[in-house]
Amino acid sequence: MGRFHRHEDGTVHSHDHGDHSGYATGVERVEVLERIFDENDHCAAHNRADLAAAGVCAVNLMSSPGAGKTSLLHALLQALAPSTRIGVIEGDIETSIDADRLDGLGAVVELVNTGNGFGGECHLDAPMVRSALVRLPLDELDLVLVENVGNLVCPAEFDVGEHARAMIYSVTEGEDKPLKYPVMFRSSDVVFVNKVDLLPHLDVDLDLFVSNLRRVNPSAPLIAVSARTGTGVDACVAWVRELAASVAAVR
Amino acid sequence: MHELSLCGAIADIVSRRAGERQVASVHLRIGTLRQVVPDTLDFCWAMVTEGTHLDGATLDVDRVDAVLHCNNCQTTLPMADAISLACAGCGSFAVDVIAGDEFEVTALDLAAV
Repeated sequence: MGRFHRHEDGTVHSHDHGDHSGYATGVERVEVLERIFDENDHCAAHNRADLAAAGVCAVNLMSSPGAGKTSLLHALLQALAPSTRIGVIEGDIETSIDADRLDGLGAVVELVNTGNGFGGECHLDAPMVRSALVRLPLDELDLVLVENVGNLVCPAEFDVGEHARAMIYSVTEGEDKPLKYPVMFRSSDVVFVNKVDLLPHLDVDLDLFVSNLRRVNPSAPLIAVSARTGTGVDACVAWVRELAASVAAVR
Repeated sequence: MHELSLCGAIADIVSRRAGERQVASVHLRIGTLRQVVPDTLDFCWAMVTEGTHLDGATLDVDRVDAVLHCNNCQTTLPMADAISLACAGCGSFAVDVIAGDEFEVTALDLAAV
């Protein structure tokens, strides 16, 4: 197994472990052994504890940009908000466009802008979610829906304290996505297959998508839905209700 | 490009451990199951540390291959392909990750005073 080095002259190379002959002199080694995700994971545990204390279920919604997270969220709020008290945490790099779209549907919406001076984070981490979570009236809520930043890589790496991860895959994205982004598909507890109203107009092979998905995730339920027409929204709502009931039951 | 925030977390750990001392290199252990690209990490590290006391410290990455223990056939084998988290022997998904999900700062090399 090689080691990557970038030297001061800009060259990068690797050599075998143990060969430090190039710069071994005058160096003091300090053993550290710390997990880089520790700070995030501690914060996620705090989020989870606060949610548990209030008996609130949290779902992390993840997808590529444009898969329909906000549209499906809109449909879910319309179906759920009359009977379920919902908080929404909206991750967005700069704008409040998504949060504005969800205004007036009976949910409490908190926005997290992930701009960081370097062009914006591509994901929500636990401290970002916490900054919004503490502004939500958790004692008056049953459910928190976290809309992550649209991205198939980075959000999968960060535990934010959620009870479940719901992935939204749209049928226009191609059958190979589970193989290209296995970590996100693997970490999902449910896959909402969105935009199925477009299937008659597409060459997509949904069976191939499912067999690719099963290579990385053998068990996540699959729910076909169209946020646009409303087809399948009932099944998505039923999945959310079942999860929320199971969280409330262990309180 | 979450490598940017990961580099922020690495810089926090290194600063806390090194204090005011000059750091020559930071040793990391990164499992192949982690979606971390070494070149991107280097690029982001340079951005994050520029103008700080960590400016010039290099990252030294040990990659760790994924190893799975199968709860079905009770074998411990390297992951067969880069995609399926399934036992290479029997194909079962009832596996525990033994190695490959590491993402740690293992050591620092401090420059001689």
